[in-house]
Amino acid sequence: MHMADALVAPAVAGTMYVLSTGAAGVSVKKVREESDESKIPVMGVMGAFVFATQMLNFTIPGTGSSGHLCGGMMLSAMLGPFAGFLTMIGVLLVQCLLFADGGLMALGCNVWNMAFYGCFIGSLLIWHPIMKKGATKIKIALASILGCVLTLQLGAFSVTIETLISGITELPFSTFVATMQPIHLAIGFVEGLITSAVLIFIHEARPELLWGIGESTEKKDAKLSFKKTIITVAVAAALCGGVVSLFASAFPDGLEWSMEQVAGTTELEAQGQAYETAEAIQETTSLLPDYAFPDSEAAAGTSFSGIVGALIVAGLSAACCYAFRFFRRKTETQTA
Amino acid sequence: MDRIEKKILELNRLQDIQQRSHWMNNLHPLGKLLISVIYIFLVTSIDKYDIVTLILMSVYVIFTFIIGELSVKEGIYRMRLILPLVLFVGIFNPFFDKSSVPVAGFAVRGGIVSMLTLVIKGLYTVFAVYALIATTSIDDICYALRSIRVPKIIVIVIMLIYRYIDVMAGEVDRIYTAYRLRAPGQKGIEYRSWGTLVGQWLLRSMDKAQIVYESMLLRGFKGDFIPKKKGIKKIDVIYPLVWAIVLLLIRLHVFGI
Repeated sequence: MHMADALVAPAVAGTMYVLSTGAAGVSVKKVREESDESKIPVMGVMGAFVFATQMLNFTIPGTGSSGHLCGGMMLSAMLGPFAGFLTMIGVLLVQCLLFADGGLMALGCNVWNMAFYGCFIGSLLIWHPIMKKGATKIKIALASILGCVLTLQLGAFSVTIETLISGITELPFSTFVATMQPIHLAIGFVEGLITSAVLIFIHEARPELLWGIGESTEKKDAKLSFKKTIITVAVAAALCGGVVSLFASAFPDGLEWSMEQVAGTTELEAQGQAYETAEAIQETTSLLPDYAFPDSEAAAGTSFSGIVGALIVAGLSAACCYAFRFFRRKTETQTA
Repeated sequence: MDRIEKKILELNRLQDIQQRSHWMNNLHPLGKLLISVIYIFLVTSIDKYDIVTLILMSVYVIFTFIIGELSVKEGIYRMRLILPLVLFVGIFNPFFDKSSVPVAGFAVRGGIVSMLTLVIKGLYTVFAVYALIATTSIDDICYALRSIRVPKIIVIVIMLIYRYIDVMAGEVDRIYTAYRLRAPGQKGIEYRSWGTLVGQWLLRSMDKAQIVYESMLLRGFKGDFIPKKKGIKKIDVIYPLVWAIVLLLIRLHVFGI
C-alpha cells in the first residue's frame, strides 16, 4: 500500500505532510511527557523487528499463497499509539530510503495511510476499548483482526482518494475503490490473523509487555477517586444551579414557543376531575413554585431553587443507583 | 537465493556505495536532501501531458548517475516495489482518456502520454532517492533532519532502526533457515507456528532492547546522540543552488521548449 512519489500531486502531498506532522507533534509531546527514556531503544528495536518481520512469508491456510506482516497494529499493541506512531514513521522513512518502498514526497501520505490509522484508530478506538477490562485470547484475536481489517480498509480508501485528487489517473472512482478495498480486505484479514497469533503468544508469555490491558479502572482510581468525583460533580451542580440559573432566559423554550404559535398560549387549559386533583397536589407539594420563593420575585429564590433542585436530583439518582446495586447483589447471591 | 538474503545483500551493497570516497559522498547532507526534495517536487508538479519538460528534467538523474558513478541497473531494480501500483493506476489512462495531445508536432492520444509521464515520474523520483541514499549515509541524513528541526526522538528512532536492521535481518534469516530445514518444500511459515515463532523472536528482541538501553546508558546516553558537526564548504552551497536554479528554469519553460 506504499504510495510512490509519482502518484501524488505536490498539493496533496503537502496537505498530507501537514496532517501527519500534526499527529507526529502530538505524539512527540505525549512521549516526552512520559519521560521514559528506556522506551527509545525499545522503539528502535521494535521498528527494526517490524522491518525484518516483513521479510518473512506466512502460508495462508487453504490457499496456495503467502502473506506478510505490516506491523502498525502490533506496534501500537506493544508500544501504545504515540510511541507506535513515531516508530512507524521511522520504519516508513527507512523503507523509502533503503528499498524505494514509498517516496520522500509521498511520505506524508504513507504515514497517514499506514501509521495514523494503524496506531491511532487501531489502538485508541479498537485495541484499548476491547482490552480495558482485561485481555483474553478471543478479545486479542478480535481486536487484532478488527483493527487490521479496519485500518487497512481506511488506508486503502485514503490511497484511492489521494491518487484521484492528485489527478494522475483516469480510472473512475468506483472502479478504483472496487479494486482496492477487496484486496486489502483479504490482506487485512491475514495480517490480523498473524498479529493475533503473535499477540496471544506474548499475552501468555509476558502479558506486561502489552499496552493498555486492564488500564481503565486503575487509571481512573489514580486520577479521580470516587470522593473527588462526587465533590467535583456537587460543586459543578451548585455552580450551575446557583449562579448560571440567574442567567436563564425569560423567553419560552422550544415546546412552549411552538404551543404559543399554534394555540396562542404556553399553558393549555385542561378541565376535569383528574387535572384538578393533580393541580392541587402540585400546589401543596411545590416548595419553590416557578423556581422562586412563594410570593417573592427575589433573585435569591432562583439561586436557592437551582441548588435545591440539583441536590434533590443528585440524591434521587444516588438512591436509585444504590437500590439497583442492592437488588442486583441480592439476585447474584440467590443465583450462587 | 531467497528474499531475506537478497535484502541483506541489497543493504550491504548500499552501505558499500555510501562509504566509498567520492566528492558527491562528501557533500553536505542537508544540501543533497534539499535538492532531492526540490527535484521530486518539481517533477511531480509537471502536467500529465507535458512529456517534453519531463524529458528535460532527466538532466539531474543523468548527471548524478554518470558523475556519481551509480548503477542504473540498481536504480531500475528499486522500481520493482512501486511499479505494480504505478502501472495499475496508469494502465487504464489510454482507455479512458481519448483526447488528442500534440507531442513534438504529432497528435498522440492523451491517455498514452499521461501513462508514459506517470511511469517516467516514477522512474525519476526513485532514481533521485537512490542518488541521495547512495551518496549519503543514514547517519548523515539524520544529521540533515536534525538541522531542519525534526524532533530528536524521531531522528534517534530512525538511527536505531537502521542500526538494528542488520542484526534483525540476520536473525530472521537464521530463524527462517532453521524452519525451512525442518519443513522442506513448504511455502512460508505454517499457521500453527505463527504465534510461537514470531512471538519468541519478539520477546528476544524486547530483551535485546533492554540490553541495548543499558549499554547506551553505560556509554553516557542522555536521551540524545550528539553528531559531529559538519562544516559547510563552498561546494556544499553551490551544488544544490545551481541545480535548484537549473531545474526551476526547466520547470518554468524558460528555455522555450
